[in-house]
Amino acid sequence: MPPKGVPAKAKPAPVKPKAVRPKAKDGDDMTDVDGADHDDWVNTKALVKPDDQLELTEQELKEEFTRILTANNPHAPQNIVRYSFKERQYKQTSSVDQLAIHFALDGNMIHKESDEAQRQRTKLGIPDAHVEPAVSEVGEPVSAAADSEDRGDEAKEEAGDDAGTQAASGSEGGGNKKLTNQFNYSERASQTYNNPYRERGTATEPPPRAVFSGNVTQWEIFDAYQEDFEKQEKNKEKKVIPGRKEEEKARKRLTVTETSGDDVSRIAKAAKIVERMVNQNSYDDIAQDFKYWEDPSDEYRDNEGTLLPLWRFSFEKAKKLAVTSLCWNPKYTDLFAASFGSYDFMKQGNGMMLFYSLKNPSFPETIYETDSGVMCLDVHPEHPYMVAVGFYDGSVGVYNIEKKDGHLHRCTAKNGKHTDPVWQVRWQKDDLENNHNFFSISSDGRIVHWTILKNELTYQDVIKLAMPDSAAEGPDGTKITTIGCGTAFDFHKKNDYLFVVGTEEGKIHTCSKAYSSQFLDSMDAHNMAVYKVRWNPYHPDIYITCSADWTVKIWERGNKSASDKSDAMDASAKKPLFTFDLNNSVGDVAWAPYSSTVFAAVTADGKLFCYDLSVNKYEPLCEQMVAQKKKTKLTHLEFNPEHPIVIVGDERGTVTSCKLSPNLRKQPKEKKGAQAVDPSVREQAEIAKLDKILLMVRDPTENKG
Amino acid sequence: MSEVEETIKRIQSHKGVSGIIIVNADGIPIRTTLDNSTTVQYSGLIHQLAAKAKSTVRDLDPQNDLTFLRIRSKKHEIMVAPDKEYLLIVIQSPNEV
Repeated sequence: MPPKGVPAKAKPAPVKPKAVRPKAKDGDDMTDVDGADHDDWVNTKALVKPDDQLELTEQELKEEFTRILTANNPHAPQNIVRYSFKERQYKQTSSVDQLAIHFALDGNMIHKESDEAQRQRTKLGIPDAHVEPAVSEVGEPVSAAADSEDRGDEAKEEAGDDAGTQAASGSEGGGNKKLTNQFNYSERASQTYNNPYRERGTATEPPPRAVFSGNVTQWEIFDAYQEDFEKQEKNKEKKVIPGRKEEEKARKRLTVTETSGDDVSRIAKAAKIVERMVNQNSYDDIAQDFKYWEDPSDEYRDNEGTLLPLWRFSFEKAKKLAVTSLCWNPKYTDLFAASFGSYDFMKQGNGMMLFYSLKNPSFPETIYETDSGVMCLDVHPEHPYMVAVGFYDGSVGVYNIEKKDGHLHRCTAKNGKHTDPVWQVRWQKDDLENNHNFFSISSDGRIVHWTILKNELTYQDVIKLAMPDSAAEGPDGTKITTIGCGTAFDFHKKNDYLFVVGTEEGKIHTCSKAYSSQFLDSMDAHNMAVYKVRWNPYHPDIYITCSADWTVKIWERGNKSASDKSDAMDASAKKPLFTFDLNNSVGDVAWAPYSSTVFAAVTADGKLFCYDLSVNKYEPLCEQMVAQKKKTKLTHLEFNPEHPIVIVGDERGTVTSCKLSPNLRKQPKEKKGAQAVDPSVREQAEIAKLDKILLMVRDPTENKG
Repeated sequence: MSEVEETIKRIQSHKGVSGIIIVNADGIPIRTTLDNSTTVQYSGLIHQLAAKAKSTVRDLDPQNDLTFLRIRSKKHEIMVAPDKEYLLIVIQSPNEV
């Protein structure tokens, strides 16, 4: 911007600076000059316009631009912010130092009377002669002043002498020159009374501190959510059922007593687990064998198998009793029930029922003691906690093994109790009203059907084992039908109404639930008492029986619906398909659950016989002594539904478990790459397998007919 | 109640078992058949280990839980069964007959 725009016409008269004072412009040093002079200066000079000067209109020229000259430092920041600890925030400094130092030069002159100068002088040893004239000059006018300083009493001397003495005194106390002013000064001091200091302090009690620490892991979060969820559920329940307060109170009482129970009882579950672990350790080799041992010699001996003895279960109190029945639990395949009693008529005492688990061979899981020997037991297939038992005194009972305090039901003499020992009980499917029911058979010749109706046992005689042939003559000549003694029965797997009964006389009757007075069929099977009858698990017409007459026989149920029934067929139907002589009274026989041709039998001389009809029709694959001591009768035998083991009970109250070697477990080989065999397909295969064998055994006349 | 007592007695008298310790949730032994110093040592160390093991199992799947822990060493085996509030430790030397 050119200095103040001047109209082209230069005014001759000096213009009074009324209108506008020349404003200060940036960078211009406009001194406050008298307006007139200014104009004169302007007028004398001719206006020279540079070529590149802006062409502005008059109006624009008159436009006034304000320039302000301030004393601010343009480089100084305007917004210095400092952190204030008091207010804990950044605060803008209100006034910023505007001092701008353009040039600084540190001089090296020190005042001659300063301490530093003194020191230097003493160092250098320069006499302070040149100090005197200054001093004397200073000292002259102050001659009248009285001074208490230690310049001596020569204050009133002449200037020169003053100087000299002063110099002398000065040089004497060169280093200790006191600060003086121009005038003699007197030093006066007074001290105010200082209040004595007192220190007072209070210390507050520190607030109680607690160290809190926590771990957060995924499962803790999960647990917290679970708790919350449960609480919500409870609240919902409470809202929905407001009327059940009493129940809740009762529940609360129960829970309270539970938690306030003995410390030790709370560790029950862990103790159980540890007991099993300890047992597993002790019987480690057995456990490994159970799982993995396969007799390698079976590969070389095609027609022979072996039994590997595994755990032995025995209980102190049961040592005098014989094992009267064994039953695997259908749901938990490591749990089995054993009943104890005595077969000896003369020695009748208490009975017992023990539940063992393979996981703990040293102690039973559950123990029940009874007043009378338990002769048989059966675990309900669908409700594995319900157990039916039959006693030597003829009564039957039902136990719930979830409750350890005793039987649920027990029948009495009024209630249909048998008059002789009950030899077998068997659960049936729940009837139409979903009541549990079971059958029992006893030496008194009755087969009784018991139902649990409204928590009570009710009975119904199904059939009486009348002996149609021999009717004994009573004392007065009347014919009294004798009643046979039933010892065993078995229900058909598919047709529930059909069952086979074995008697003490050696007869076998085929009966139906529908007919209570007549047998469907009966035959003389054995010479002595039949101890067990069992249907084949696969084939619908085959059953096996064992007896005290040392034999095991396999029978085929005659097909009654065949119209061309000939006498020959009748006769042959009464002949067993197979007969095996085992050299001693056979206590029990059982089919293997995995094959239609494998079965095992135990005898009174302590041996276990295992047969596989598809391999050898006449000889056992395995004949092995299972009992520990000689002269121990083996009483019962059961195959485990899942694992390849059998349990054998003896008359000394010991249950021995044995593992079947592979040869005894032969199953039809599946084709490589084929899918897992459907159970129904397997069944058919098994049946076909057995049929094939039977064809060979059946009478040739039958085959042709 | 006495059933549990019996179980513990049976475990104690089982062959090879050297001792049994019941530890509460804070790691303090409440019942033991071993001497004091051994008990304190076992309970402190095993308690921490069991907690770690449980944490590991549950971290991998919060719906899972530790059933038991076995530590087999040259000389013996330590079996730990955790419960909701307690920890049961059994020391067994399975080699002994």
